[in-house]
Amino acid sequence: MSPQRVVITGLGPVTPIGVGVAAFWNGLLEGRNGIRRIQAFDPARFASQMGGEVLGLQIADYVPKSYRKASKIMARDIVLAVAAAHQAVSDAGLRTRCLLDRGDAQGEPNFDPARFGANIGSGLICADLHELAEALHSASENGVFDIRKWGAEGMNNLTPLWLLKFLPNMLACHVTIVHDAEGPSNTLTCGEASSYLAIGEACRGIARGVADVCICGGAESKANPMALLRQSLGGRLSQRNDAPESACRPFALGRDGTVVSEGGGLVIIEELEHARKRGARIYAELVGFGAANDVFQAGQPGQLSPNGRGLALAARKALKDAGISADQVDLVTASGYGISHQDKAEAAGIREVLGQRAADVPVMSIKGGLGNNGAGSGAIEFIAAVMAVHSGRIPPAINSQPPDPECALKLVTGGPVDAKIEYVLSTGFALTGGQCAALVIKRWHE
Amino acid sequence: MNRRVVITGMGWVTPLGCELERVWQRLLNGESGIAPTTIFDAGSYPTQFSAEVKDFDFQATLGEHSEDHGTASRNARFALGAAEMAWKHAGLDRLESGATPEMTGVYLGGGEGPIDFENFVAAAVAGWDPQARQLDAVRWAEVAYERLDAVREFEQDPNCAAHHIACRFHAEGPNLNTLTACAASTQAIGEATMIIRRGDADVMITGGAHSMIHPLGVTGFNRLTALSTRNDSCATASRPFDATRDGFVLGEGAGILIIESLENAQRRGARILAEIIGYGSTADAFRVTDMHETGRGPIAAMRAALADAKVAPQDIHYISAHGTGTEENDKIESLAIGTVFGDLAKKVPISSVKSMLGHLIAGAGAVELITCVLAIRDGIIPPTANYSTPDPNCPLDYVPNKPRKATVRTCLSNSFGFGGQNDTLIVRAFE
Repeated sequence: MSPQRVVITGLGPVTPIGVGVAAFWNGLLEGRNGIRRIQAFDPARFASQMGGEVLGLQIADYVPKSYRKASKIMARDIVLAVAAAHQAVSDAGLRTRCLLDRGDAQGEPNFDPARFGANIGSGLICADLHELAEALHSASENGVFDIRKWGAEGMNNLTPLWLLKFLPNMLACHVTIVHDAEGPSNTLTCGEASSYLAIGEACRGIARGVADVCICGGAESKANPMALLRQSLGGRLSQRNDAPESACRPFALGRDGTVVSEGGGLVIIEELEHARKRGARIYAELVGFGAANDVFQAGQPGQLSPNGRGLALAARKALKDAGISADQVDLVTASGYGISHQDKAEAAGIREVLGQRAADVPVMSIKGGLGNNGAGSGAIEFIAAVMAVHSGRIPPAINSQPPDPECALKLVTGGPVDAKIEYVLSTGFALTGGQCAALVIKRWHE
Repeated sequence: MNRRVVITGMGWVTPLGCELERVWQRLLNGESGIAPTTIFDAGSYPTQFSAEVKDFDFQATLGEHSEDHGTASRNARFALGAAEMAWKHAGLDRLESGATPEMTGVYLGGGEGPIDFENFVAAAVAGWDPQARQLDAVRWAEVAYERLDAVREFEQDPNCAAHHIACRFHAEGPNLNTLTACAASTQAIGEATMIIRRGDADVMITGGAHSMIHPLGVTGFNRLTALSTRNDSCATASRPFDATRDGFVLGEGAGILIIESLENAQRRGARILAEIIGYGSTADAFRVTDMHETGRGPIAAMRAALADAKVAPQDIHYISAHGTGTEENDKIESLAIGTVFGDLAKKVPISSVKSMLGHLIAGAGAVELITCVLAIRDGIIPPTANYSTPDPNCPLDYVPNKPRKATVRTCLSNSFGFGGQNDTLIVRAFE
């Protein structure tokens, strides 16, 4: 991929089935399911009433005491990212100011803040309807909104820093502040492809020599009324409300849509010598990245071409970048939203890349128990992929039986399987916008 | 791989119009694109004016392609229009690009599409339960299902403009959107440059677009007290570096550039407008609301760009400032330039075209980089308009009110975003 080798040294998932890498990975191996009827609000009027929620998350557990006031202006997406960041830097053994101040780590900082970069994927953060609706209501008479009243007084019911809760780059902003990341910083907003692109681009930054270590990935919450409505209007969601745990059925016959979810993941990637010098544990090596756009549907909010063209293109680029052929891929991680035509197109793209080996290469799909975490989903899948190559185990896909013969992928189902994995191809694509990305992860050999 | 990257086409959609040369002339004349807001009734807002896009005919600009993109949001239309003009400016409507679709990509700093305000508000007002003092999600959903439209909602996603452009120009290569607030399109151009430099694409369509001139966008900035409230004299309200400045003026629009590897440009016989030689990106990592008092983030971004370009401060002939016209930005930016440039700081001309165009937010940096390329081409520096009262905190040469003839070979362009995002680009005359 590059003159500089880039390794993965810290994993920080925040998901409906577990927070932190141990809980998350065990949850995947056990086939834990995080989809329930939505609890954050009453979903009774929505066509789809289920979601994945990260329950019991307390922001105070993830920021220094001095930063608690700033946490009042964090949208849910930001809270998820800050929690993921704490998990990731802790897991990597990076002694950031946050960890030292909180007593979660001891000693002196073990990195140069100017060489610590961030690239964090973010969604279109939905405004907190509760706060906004109250303010808008105050500027209405008999249910009719009066913009003159709003401009003169109604808007003053919003906190002065209201806008800053929802700017997509506030995930990176808060994370870089609490963990002293003063290096190159970016926020990618490419739907569900965001965190794959963020991890790939962060890797390129290290390869270019502008950073030693990066925190990268993404987070989003779609478990709120506005996001649920958008996905529902778009006809993407399962209506299997009487059986939430079996609603999201990746690549299965009878699938009827995906499920909204929240969560995210941030990972620490690092230049190899930097990691070695500080004695970091190395999970795996990041060796390939490819990106593409699927231009199938001109001008409309995109969907994959029926043959998965954009996804296949990104995957082939990533393999080429890694200097390997499709014959060397031991595991593929797929998005598998559980949406009828998207799963079919995705499977076609993966089959095309694998060629004759499509029937033999195991495919991992984890959305069955997680739902669609938006901009956070790629990072969550990436973390699962890293753990698979690191541990030599593949967690089972849940709800993927009976398989759809039109998808024809070799999904791992039932229980986890042991496998000798040298290379994983981790792929993702945005449900809107056609962005596709792929990463190749290699087993680490000392 | 470390390939040279050149600019071969430029297009913009701005509050001073959409025709490249005409807008440039108006900037040199010091004209203002700022007027009372017409997009919505801002009559009772603290700020009642803005810099709205003028003279933009989407259908005429896109021609036969406009129907394919009929659902595009306001800012995606700006992006498509500017891209169409840049594509033609690069000669790509007549010449083969010489790059395959998979080596042609898009990297935008595109904002979110404007919210469907009328229908959003109807649902929010209906959904608020004043007795219980909470949102009744059931009532909200009843109205929202009825009034909101799926396509209009999805078109607000910030990655849609990049997809529209990819579809229009059959760009199947890397496709990304960054939304680092006011720094986004500078960041996009810098990152797109790196993608070509390292060989992941031969041609990139890059820049940015944004429109936040809608009731909630202006609300957000007014609540932050970031906007000028000079309602009685809005054409002079954007006053970067002036002692009487009282905030920025919200603008809208797009700037798009066609950039390509030098080999690709030469192979197809393209006219080369300038070379992008340096890019730096940093985070303040200080506070959500304030810049660090020493300007450490902007300093580090400028130094990173200079190092990347392998040039020294004395090689810079013009600085296109972020220059928003807020008290804090202009002071810290001047301080940061002083630190990076030392004794040279008072000699290098600095200006902010935001004094005339307002602040295009995510689109600002791309429009400003285009002015840098034109300054190099014509040997003339656009002025900072509305400059009348020197501020001791801003003691540099801001090219006040009148354009200045100068030999301009190398320009540095700054963009800083809320939350401590800092990006700097350096462009040079092509040799």
